[in-house]
Amino acid sequence: MEVIFDMLSFTFMQRAIIVGVLVSLCAALLGVSLVLKRYAMIGTGLSHVGFAATVIAGVVITIDLSPLPGWLAGPLGGVFEFIDSMPLLLPLAVTVGAAFLLLRLNESSKINGDSAVALISTSGIAIGVIVMGVTTGITLHICNILFGSIFAMTRADMYWSIALSIVVIILFVLFYKQLFAVTYDESFAKATGTKVEIYKSMLALLTAITVVLGMRMMGALLIASLTLFPALSAMRLCKRFLSVVIVAAVIGVTCFFVGMVFSFALDLPPGATVVGINLIVFLLFSCIAFIKRGGRA
Amino acid sequence: MALITCKDAAFAYEGKVVVEGLNFEVAEGDYLCIVGENGSGKTTLMKGLLGLMRPKSGKIEMGDGLKPTHIGYLPQQTSAQKNFPASVYEVVISGRLNSRGAMPFYSRQDRHVALENIEKLGITPIRKKSFRELSGGQQQRVLLARALCATEKVLLLDEPVSGLDPIVTAELYQTIQTLHKDGLTIIMISHDVRSGVEHANQMLHLQNRQVFFGTAEEYVQTEAGRHFLQGGESGWK
Ligand SMILES: Nc1ncnc2c1ncn2[C@@H]1O[C@H](COP(=O)(O)OP(=O)(O)OP(=O)(O)O)[C@@H](O)[C@H]1O
Ligand SMILES: [Mg+2]
Repeated sequence: MEVIFDMLSFTFMQRAIIVGVLVSLCAALLGVSLVLKRYAMIGTGLSHVGFAATVIAGVVITIDLSPLPGWLAGPLGGVFEFIDSMPLLLPLAVTVGAAFLLLRLNESSKINGDSAVALISTSGIAIGVIVMGVTTGITLHICNILFGSIFAMTRADMYWSIALSIVVIILFVLFYKQLFAVTYDESFAKATGTKVEIYKSMLALLTAITVVLGMRMMGALLIASLTLFPALSAMRLCKRFLSVVIVAAVIGVTCFFVGMVFSFALDLPPGATVVGINLIVFLLFSCIAFIKRGGRA
Repeated sequence: MALITCKDAAFAYEGKVVVEGLNFEVAEGDYLCIVGENGSGKTTLMKGLLGLMRPKSGKIEMGDGLKPTHIGYLPQQTSAQKNFPASVYEVVISGRLNSRGAMPFYSRQDRHVALENIEKLGITPIRKKSFRELSGGQQQRVLLARALCATEKVLLLDEPVSGLDPIVTAELYQTIQTLHKDGLTIIMISHDVRSGVEHANQMLHLQNRQVFFGTAEEYVQTEAGRHFLQGGESGWK
């Protein structure tokens, strides 16, 4: 108990926890549809794209524009400064773009879905690493981007994150029945007059936003697991969609909080600790499900 | 004008035509039975009628203000996954999705209609069960209840009785018959030609092209119809 009060006395911890709880909630809610719709890899793909965009957003300010003519360097410098002042903006824009691209590729039968995701996600990593290599005077810590840091959050970031997560949660609740129908049986939904494309795009868009918001704290390599674990754990035990959604949300938020407490108390990296707790819950739920079935696989 | 008019339509997968020469009409209050061998293009045509597939040539016209939101549909195989966690009630009520446009949440009316259809198909005792734990026949009824929730005018059924036992099959035909009497237009794919000609008033026979379209009485007189009916285990009485 004391650890928790201790932890909450730090401003950066308060920020991290507020944003983390909201993002975990978004990730868990969206995760149910992502897992069931076999879009699980989309979160991973998008987080790697987000990685590249974050690296680019972090280094643009260091680019030396002096060789360029003044009429070009002036406005370009302005743009770069703007990108630097709003660190979430470029990753958000790029990741949302990538989300739509992924959906398109998924639809077209020329490249199959999982290859498309693998393609985009490895390209994201490659571009990020190249940019890091080329720019001199690196001001970022690659580890922080890859594995997350709770110090990364500025006050402005926090407000952005809170606002966007609330938008994600509201849209999820308002369009819950559409998301269920499209997740459950897309052809039926389409045949009976549902604009399936809109809701699929919405799912991708909300996932992109959630991934970017959670990335700085959880890390580009780990954020996707926040969408997967709670849904998978909940599905071990729940038989109704609504209960899967609710249980996943509870698991997501609880695991985040518990993970943060452990990370603070034992000085462990936060993102990885949260994922670790999620893994424990998943194994626990799997065991319970196994026992409930009477030991049959 | 007819509800649905098919004008010289053809359907293809990746450029390869699988069914062509489709010329028929479905009027309000019709009960059309589509027959044909495996792979003759019945499900493909149904996808076309549902707007899931565009005709390669020719066209399908919707008349009398028929919109996709007026259509209920029972798929041959659902695109839903086998182990999807959803209760019977959740599946059935999802048929009401477009009853009120894009409004959030289901209304009291939606819930009422869903429960009514659950009752109608005799699945009230299992309404809280998980869909994935039901038998094939029970699942078929749940999906039919969902289709009823979605429909206002037309009900499309792709082999509704496949996998059902004879008693349930008879009951299901009875249910469909009642729905038809209550004013629904029925389009049903079936391998059970005898029940088809017995219940339906229009027949459409496909064999990768349209072999026959007309009334059930005419159909039993034709070569194709007689041949197909003989094919059944007990023949035509
Ligand atoms: N998704 C698909 N891609 C390519 N070809 C397909 C596809 N679906 C069906 N076909 C082909 O189209 C033809 C017609 O298939 P369809 O499913 O319409 O048959 P059907 O009359 O419904 O048969 P059944 O009685 O077995 O249900 C078949 O030759 C099949 O191989
Ligand atoms: Mg078929």
